[in-house]
Amino acid sequence: MAYTDDAAHHGPTSFFTRYIWSQDHKVIAVQYTLVAIFVGLVGVVLSNLMRLQLGFPGHFTFIDANRYYQFVTMHGMIMVIYLLTALFLGGFGNYLIPLMVGARDMVFPYLNMLSFWVYFLSVLVLLSSFFVPGGPTGAGWTLYPPQAILRGTPGYEWGIILMLVSLLIFIVAATMGGLNYVTTVLQARTEGMTLMRMPLAVWGIFMATILALLAFPALFVSGLMMLLDRTLGTSFFMPAIVSLGQQLNYKGGSPLLFQHLFWFFGHPEVYIVALPAFGIVSDLISVHSRKSIFGYRTMVWAILAIGVLSVVVWAHHMFVSGMNPYFGFFFATTTLIIAIPTAIKVYNWVITLWRGDIHFSVPMLFAIAFVSTFVIGGLTGLFLGNVSVDIPLSNTYFVVAHFHMVMGVSPILVVFGGIYHWYPKVTGRMLNDTLGHIHFWVTFVGTYAIFFPMHYLGILGMPRRYYAYDNYAFIPESAHLMNAYISVAAFIVAAAQLLFIFNLAWSVRHGRLAGSNPWRAASLEWQTPQTPPVHGNWGPEQPVVHRWAYAYSVPGASEDFIAQNAPPDAGGAEPEPHASRGAVA
Amino acid sequence: MAIAIALVIIVVASVLFHFVSPWWATPLASNWKQMDDTLTITLVITGVFFVIINLFVAYIVWRYRHREGARAHYQPENSKLELWLIGGTTLGVIALLAPGLFVYAEYVRPPGDAMVLEVVGQQWQWGFRFPGQGGQLGTSDARFVTAANPLGVNPDDPRGQDDIIIAGNEVHLPLNRPVKVLLRSKDVLHDFYVPPFRARMNMVPGMVTSFWFTPTKAGTYEILCAQLCGVGHYNMRGKVVVEDAAAFDAWLRRQPTFALTMLKTPAPPATAGVSGAPAGADTLVEQGRALAQSKGCVGCHSIDGTVGVGPSWKGLYGSTGTFADGSSAKVDDAYLKTEITDPQARLVKGFGPLMPKMPLSEEEVSALVAYIRANGAGGAATQVGAASGAAAK
Repeated sequence: MAYTDDAAHHGPTSFFTRYIWSQDHKVIAVQYTLVAIFVGLVGVVLSNLMRLQLGFPGHFTFIDANRYYQFVTMHGMIMVIYLLTALFLGGFGNYLIPLMVGARDMVFPYLNMLSFWVYFLSVLVLLSSFFVPGGPTGAGWTLYPPQAILRGTPGYEWGIILMLVSLLIFIVAATMGGLNYVTTVLQARTEGMTLMRMPLAVWGIFMATILALLAFPALFVSGLMMLLDRTLGTSFFMPAIVSLGQQLNYKGGSPLLFQHLFWFFGHPEVYIVALPAFGIVSDLISVHSRKSIFGYRTMVWAILAIGVLSVVVWAHHMFVSGMNPYFGFFFATTTLIIAIPTAIKVYNWVITLWRGDIHFSVPMLFAIAFVSTFVIGGLTGLFLGNVSVDIPLSNTYFVVAHFHMVMGVSPILVVFGGIYHWYPKVTGRMLNDTLGHIHFWVTFVGTYAIFFPMHYLGILGMPRRYYAYDNYAFIPESAHLMNAYISVAAFIVAAAQLLFIFNLAWSVRHGRLAGSNPWRAASLEWQTPQTPPVHGNWGPEQPVVHRWAYAYSVPGASEDFIAQNAPPDAGGAEPEPHASRGAVA
Repeated sequence: MAIAIALVIIVVASVLFHFVSPWWATPLASNWKQMDDTLTITLVITGVFFVIINLFVAYIVWRYRHREGARAHYQPENSKLELWLIGGTTLGVIALLAPGLFVYAEYVRPPGDAMVLEVVGQQWQWGFRFPGQGGQLGTSDARFVTAANPLGVNPDDPRGQDDIIIAGNEVHLPLNRPVKVLLRSKDVLHDFYVPPFRARMNMVPGMVTSFWFTPTKAGTYEILCAQLCGVGHYNMRGKVVVEDAAAFDAWLRRQPTFALTMLKTPAPPATAGVSGAPAGADTLVEQGRALAQSKGCVGCHSIDGTVGVGPSWKGLYGSTGTFADGSSAKVDDAYLKTEITDPQARLVKGFGPLMPKMPLSEEEVSALVAYIRANGAGGAATQVGAASGAAAK
């Protein structure tokens, strides 16, 4: 195919088409990432405002109960949806998929551009709720009705409407992006790139995207139904209610229906965030320990198994919701079964390190830290997934500690590791190492300091989502002290993120020049003819793949890695070579 | 290198933290010792795993750190090792799950002889109901809720007439008798949570949920709401008093039946002041008390001096209120009327703009003002409240 002609047709020429209305997956990835990081910073500020109140109740009078619950809600929603989901799929997915499978771009570039701008719109709608009468909603990020749409919850006037509208818009964006990622992985892989030769990062993002396409519709319909309940007075989720002394005109709806729909989305959502993190961290560990990932095929099957199981565990969020209690047996069992493929992944990361040649680069530090935080977060999941252990712990600080460790801290550590790892490819320059080390140490140690003690406050029985804990006899003074200490740790960790932001900005111009493959990695994105890769990624010829992405320290090879597109006689084939190149495994 | 040391320190610090931490489950006061036991089993199994994995990673990153000229070992797969790991993990998961499910099987099957307690939640207070002599609760629905019938018991259901109604936030339970708790909510989700009992369940408007437990230790326990229920969530307080059967029966006998509470409101003032309140205790005050309950005022405004989401009404009348802007005014009828009808106009210092504007008639406002006045004037109203089973301290 005459690529040069193509490039002349599609290569953007003006600043505007190149950087704003861009259809290039790499630019869209950066756009997604920057917006997600910005909105993530808002989320961090909100968390610190919450910690001000929890650590030093009564000292900051501008944080009243209304505002506190608004901070709780916006922090949760921003971090889960607008930061993590957008960053992993829209950011990493966009950048890595075409480069890692050897494609020139996503298969639907125009749709890809729309996806970003629609996401941007959803962020604007979300943030606008800070400026409407009544402020943003304070319903908690799960937005449980009837509370979310009744007086007595802050943001009842406009906040909840804007939140729901923003989510609907976000889902449109995620669907446009998601169809693109899935189609690109299935249709646009270069010659020789079988499915079983794809890097695990692509596998994780691929499976997460499929989950997103299946799970987001449940959130979409429940959001729409609640919007109708709020604006038109339908009763999908609203039974007969006496709210603050007034009989309301609702009748016959079911609040539990919302919870089922929400968690049918919400639990896969955990894996929409976790699977890309699993994939990316597998690649980081392999590259930086110069060792092929251990048990590649098992890792792929574990990703698939987790993906499938993740849609039949949702009601473990509802053990004490009032649903039929006999569901508890089923959902506790499925939930603990999902621990098996997850544990396999942990073992395989550890065994990959075993007898490796471990380089303590910043991405590797984040990857090792991820293994540690993910282990503690995963293990506490065994408490909460086991129904009779969950009953006393549900809705306490134990839950807060668990999900922050497993789906807050762990994926964020991978985000950082991934950014330190691929920044040289995106910009052509390395991030500053010293700043990176400081950022890493404060973040890693700090998050343990914040969340580890919370498990114990939870076992004590401190309920979460409390504005204040005054005059509860079972809560000793020491717990209040601990809360103050946790707050201080949270402020320090938040401050360290500014170093990261500064590093990102500073290194664009002042970072050390990276060269095309600073980590000496084998996967395709490091083999582009230019760094940063130009429009079309590969120059006149797309690469041809002859092996898997993990040919590290192959005995007899002259170097300790063999690129995926190195000539076939360079060796380093995957454990079970495929008979026909290009076949779909 | 440093990361290996850090991982070791994390493990050591975690284990130390566990043993010196002053925070652990509250002393158990129910039959659910098995829940504590499954927690312990889970903690031990997962704790060992946590320590081993972290120390193993620490060892590996120290042992296999990059050295000049070193090269990593090449071993992409080892099916045998992987099968062993899958098998071992499966066993571990079964060891965790099985005891948990056995305990849960008991949790979902309340004993046949359990006594029934109904708990009704609303923003941000509790109400309770026991079946009366007939042994059966009357039907209920949010549609029946009025000021006189705060729990929404069906007034036409003969089985409900003898139900014992407790409109306040305090309930008593007899020691060592299984209790099947039925839960309802009038407005939003709540969760009846008493940490020392372990057992709990959400309260969902439009349906009745349930769980059971047996109180095994006498004492007074705090009831908390553990499902976000709006801005007053953190302050939805109640009390359970567990006492011996005789004391419980005596307490229960003092509580009004549903039929009695329905009689009371239209009744002349004399019946309102049964327990020695000043003769002629005002109907207006009694009306105000009922309104304060039914409109949810008491969720935020206590009458015992506890500062909640809003200022306490105890001693409020006649005191001097300070506003957020620093100005102040004496709390009198006019002051209260303004605050009730337009709560956001002037904010009292130290409190947020939380109070909703209520559609109240002129008379209702006067009744509330009278009730607040009565609370300010030496606590006479508290006694009126006590007589009708209100949330008097």
